[in-house]
Amino acid sequence: MQEAMINKAKQLLADGTVNRVIGWKRGEFVYDITPAVFETAEEIDADFVCDDFTAANVSKYLVKESRKEGKILAFLKPCDTYSFNQLVKEHRIVRENVYVVGIPGGPKLDAEKIKAKGITGILGVKNENGTLKIDTLYGEETMPYYEAILGKCETCKSRKHVVYDELLGEEGEVISAEDSGRFDMVEKLENMTAQERYDFWREQLSKCIRCNACRNVCPACTCENCVFDNPASGISNKAAADSFEENMFHIIRAFHVAGRCTDCGECSRVCPQNIPLHLLNRKFIKDINAFYGEYQAGEDTTSRAPLNNYDKDDCEPSIVHERGVE
Amino acid sequence: MQVNENTNFEPVIVAFCCNWCSYAGADLSGTNRLNYPTNVKIIRVPCSCRVNPMFILRAFQKGADGVILCGCHPGDCHYTSGNYFTRRRITLLYSMLDFLGIERDRTRLEWVSAAEGAKFAATMQEFTDAVRKLGPNRRLEDLRCRKQ
Ligand code: SF4
Ligand code: SF4
Ligand code: SF4
Ligand code: FES
Repeated sequence: MQEAMINKAKQLLADGTVNRVIGWKRGEFVYDITPAVFETAEEIDADFVCDDFTAANVSKYLVKESRKEGKILAFLKPCDTYSFNQLVKEHRIVRENVYVVGIPGGPKLDAEKIKAKGITGILGVKNENGTLKIDTLYGEETMPYYEAILGKCETCKSRKHVVYDELLGEEGEVISAEDSGRFDMVEKLENMTAQERYDFWREQLSKCIRCNACRNVCPACTCENCVFDNPASGISNKAAADSFEENMFHIIRAFHVAGRCTDCGECSRVCPQNIPLHLLNRKFIKDINAFYGEYQAGEDTTSRAPLNNYDKDDCEPSIVHERGVE
Repeated sequence: MQVNENTNFEPVIVAFCCNWCSYAGADLSGTNRLNYPTNVKIIRVPCSCRVNPMFILRAFQKGADGVILCGCHPGDCHYTSGNYFTRRRITLLYSMLDFLGIERDRTRLEWVSAAEGAKFAATMQEFTDAVRKLGPNRRLEDLRCRKQ
């Protein structure tokens, strides 16, 4: 795929369709892959990568990039197209200034999961019939492929591109909630007692170092002035002082993206503390589906978001008191 | 107020009341000389829809043991549709608090009209009793704000 993408990028640059390409390049390590903008065929030949570790969603970068001079080429995986669409809907991305090429999705791999097996000095990986062969500084190592899959890819919601100008490879299908199992863990938590849930979240949220990575990466978090950067709030630019501040940050972050979060999984992927933030987002998604009808953010650019909408017969908040485990 | 954990704990209740209905309802219960617990601290807001989730969390942070939000009955909002949006937001917020293991009886939403002074007093009494039973808010408190 990388070959085809490079050719496509060079072709579109050469015929003047676009004047920039947003893709990815390597950092210090092979698994350390970060979005980058390329302007020439030479730069692309030198640095462009798209491999098993290329998980980063570039949609959010297009908020700024699409406001610059000329058109930019973006390669979007199926999940990324939902974020892209959502940003177009919110008038954050200028659609005309982006040429979208849909590329196949993952599963992508999680270097942390490989390292957790005690495998270090990773130089490259290859999947051979379900066995992941890892080339390292210290020789070849192996592990089961499925154990190295990135969390967000394990519960993939769709292999279908909801927007593109051109597609490389085959188009896929939307995956049902039952098949993806993406609400299973939320359900498990809902069935715990309040005390157990409290303990679970204390353990998770107390790990937060308020690095803000989850907010910075989130394609739904594109506010010019974020509440968490407000110097008058007492909570900007610092670690949480106590459990209240931890809870507040996470409740508010998740709430602000409720109804707009496409479940792209980026927040959990980037969290250096491995906090399962997707569970908070998915709780909102699950509730919205249950209370106000099935809704998938980013699926289209015309429907009203559930929190910008209402129905005269909506359920009362007392529903929270009536259902589930106390 | 001296908070004594087990014996005579008196909860602090914050009630966000919309200006047009619920606040007037509270007023009416006063002019009718109906009693409601002194635990209740009313914060007047222009519309129930003015209350964003941060308000509710901040109330807990600053020492509330229970938070109740009151607005006009659905269909009666003086800004036409404010309370319909409130209803969605607050349902999701309360559900999230429950998901995080915060006791669900610490939060409530009630529609109270300007004519329902008696309902206002009764609701406050009932809610205060429910929160009193739960004891002090420990799961969503800020230790730095705790009164000695
Ligand atoms: S909250 Fe997380 S899953 Fe949702 S859009 Fe933002 S980064 Fe993606
Ligand atoms: S946390 Fe809220 S205010 Fe901050 S960027 Fe995200 S949506 Fe905007
Ligand atoms: S990325 Fe993780 S550690 Fe950083 S602020 Fe978000 S939850 Fe906290
Ligand atoms: S004015 Fe009372 S809820 Fe809007």
